[in-house]
Amino acid sequence: MARNVTPARKATMTAIAWIIGLAIFFPILWTILTSFKTEAEAIASPPSFVLFDWTLENFSIVQERSDYFRHFLNSVIISVGSTVLGLIIAIPAAWSMAFVPTKRTKHVLMWMLSTKMLPPVGVLVPIYLIFRDAGLLDTQAGLVIVLTLINLPIIIWMLYTYFKEIPVEILEAARMDGATLRSEILYVLTPMAVPGIASTLLLNIILAWNEAFWTLNLTAAKAAPLTAFIAAYSSPEGLFYAKLSAASTLAIAPILVMGWFSQRQLVRGLTFGAVK
Amino acid sequence: MKIKLSALMGAAAATCLLASAAAAETLTIATVNNGDMIRMQGLTDDFTANNPGIELEWVTLEENILRQRVTTDIATKGGQYDIMTIGTYEVPIWGKQGWLVGLNDLPESYDIDDLLPAIRGGLTVDGELYAAPFYGESSMVMYRTDLMEKAGLEMPEAPTWDFIAQAARAMTDKDNEVYGVCLRGKAGWGENAAFITATSNSFGARWFDENWNPQFDSKAWSDTLNFYLDLMAAAGPPGASSNGFNENLALFQTGKCGMWIDATVAASFVTNPNDSTVHDKVGFALAPDNGLGKRSNWLWAWSLAIPAGSEKIESAKKFIAWATSKDYLALVASKEGWANVPPGTRTSLYENPEYAKVPFAKMTLDSINSADPTNPAVDPVPYVGVQFVAIPEFQGIATAVGQQFSAALAGTVTAEEALANAQSLTVREMTKAGYIN
Repeated sequence: MARNVTPARKATMTAIAWIIGLAIFFPILWTILTSFKTEAEAIASPPSFVLFDWTLENFSIVQERSDYFRHFLNSVIISVGSTVLGLIIAIPAAWSMAFVPTKRTKHVLMWMLSTKMLPPVGVLVPIYLIFRDAGLLDTQAGLVIVLTLINLPIIIWMLYTYFKEIPVEILEAARMDGATLRSEILYVLTPMAVPGIASTLLLNIILAWNEAFWTLNLTAAKAAPLTAFIAAYSSPEGLFYAKLSAASTLAIAPILVMGWFSQRQLVRGLTFGAVK
Repeated sequence: MKIKLSALMGAAAATCLLASAAAAETLTIATVNNGDMIRMQGLTDDFTANNPGIELEWVTLEENILRQRVTTDIATKGGQYDIMTIGTYEVPIWGKQGWLVGLNDLPESYDIDDLLPAIRGGLTVDGELYAAPFYGESSMVMYRTDLMEKAGLEMPEAPTWDFIAQAARAMTDKDNEVYGVCLRGKAGWGENAAFITATSNSFGARWFDENWNPQFDSKAWSDTLNFYLDLMAAAGPPGASSNGFNENLALFQTGKCGMWIDATVAASFVTNPNDSTVHDKVGFALAPDNGLGKRSNWLWAWSLAIPAGSEKIESAKKFIAWATSKDYLALVASKEGWANVPPGTRTSLYENPEYAKVPFAKMTLDSINSADPTNPAVDPVPYVGVQFVAIPEFQGIATAVGQQFSAALAGTVTAEEALANAQSLTVREMTKAGYIN
């Protein structure tokens, strides 16, 4: 039975949601506004919110000094590549754990999650040495591999949660009709799990896009993505906040737009299975 | 036939071009996002025009990321960079490890003896220069001449800490958001730990005695920290425990600081009319002392070095010889004026009458010359470094010590508690590292 929601309560909840939403979005908004200021206006006290001389100078300086499109392309290749590779590995893994669990399945899932608790810097030197010997330093392929491995536990966990929601009887019916394992996964399970796979894909592209430890430490000039592009504008000795904001705005713009258009799938993906 | 001949000649020319392109070497240079470094990137056409076989690829990173990145690469012989921008902290450690290529054989025209002795000394290990200084810096007092005059005081060329304390209190006008002194409070080995370590030298304190025993339990350290905390409580800006170089620069440029004691490189920022609202009201003085024979100024040089794993050593040396040469200084002066020349590396620059007209030139030189990285404290020490101790463990220890000092400034611990914590954590880490038993 649905609860009665009074208009006053609804209005209050809406107002609170807006306030929280704006508070969360404010740092991004401030970064975007600062990118249109001069360096002097960026540090002005009290700061001006919109009443300043808007300028595009920072964007042109940033583009002049760094190759945005090369960094952007690297970010796209690395985030999409690692997510797709991760899905190819994770779909069969999640299928087996969801539909043919053993007594150790829970332990395997927990073990995979535990790898996310390891501080990355703890394995930096071993991975750096392996990459050096394999010729993978400063390559897109190297970053696709390392980000796939890092995000794999999350991808498997998300898909496992989705697959658990699909009635096993449907898969059994497919088997009764003579479907092979491959056909079962490809033509029965995958179409039913498309919303889940789509939200997993979107979330992992965002995670890979924002990853700023391995992408900075394993790249130099050739495979550097947008995280390195931003890092080039941060300076402990010099006030370049407007240029740093312009670089940040350019770096987050694509993922912000993608997130905006796919928010329905993202929210559904993140809350799936949370309410029974 | 004519056509064939011209086609042949064209093909030959194209082959030559392709061959020369194939022979071109690309130097990958890791650097920081500082004004002087960015300026250099814009002027490299001068180098590549005279060295057609060499191409340059820049990797610009934030200082801390750069440090982590190049340390990983050089320790594992990753070979990702041909030239690295490193500081006076890394050079003695890496040089001793054999991780850097010696630069004593730079061409005679480079005039290695022209490098400022203090800076050269900080970049030399056992007589071998391991990095060429791109710009050098010390620290000094930058103050508002108008506020000093209003307070009825006159800044001496070499002030004492007592004078600074008196002037800071007199200049403070909290109702109008003007604070007598802005000092670093943000935790970090390159932030507040650097400033307070340099200050402690002038109070007779030291990090370690001759046997590497930590000295935070000494009276000199107690005097240093209590003086700093009292001064900041009376005349510092609110929230100072999160202020580093940039935050204080912003405060000074917007007219909220009477005095700021920090890197000499800040002089060009605070006197720049485009960015600073107080550009025409800034004076300079040496960093303060207590009459014990050591001033509280530090010494640092961003320098270019070649990792031992590079396969392009000769080309890298050519680039370094160009970027840190006298000719480069003249090139910057011709394009952007003498005030924008990278300071603090060469004696000849300070003998140049044109450069002498730059308002902060003399004070920068005097500050650099008064810092001695091999003999930084009043009492003898076993280490090299003025605002740091050139041992690999220092970064971690000093960041933890800096957090204690920052907590004391924020008021969450007392000065005595902060020093006791600093002492115990330093003893623990130095014991673990095998310096003491």
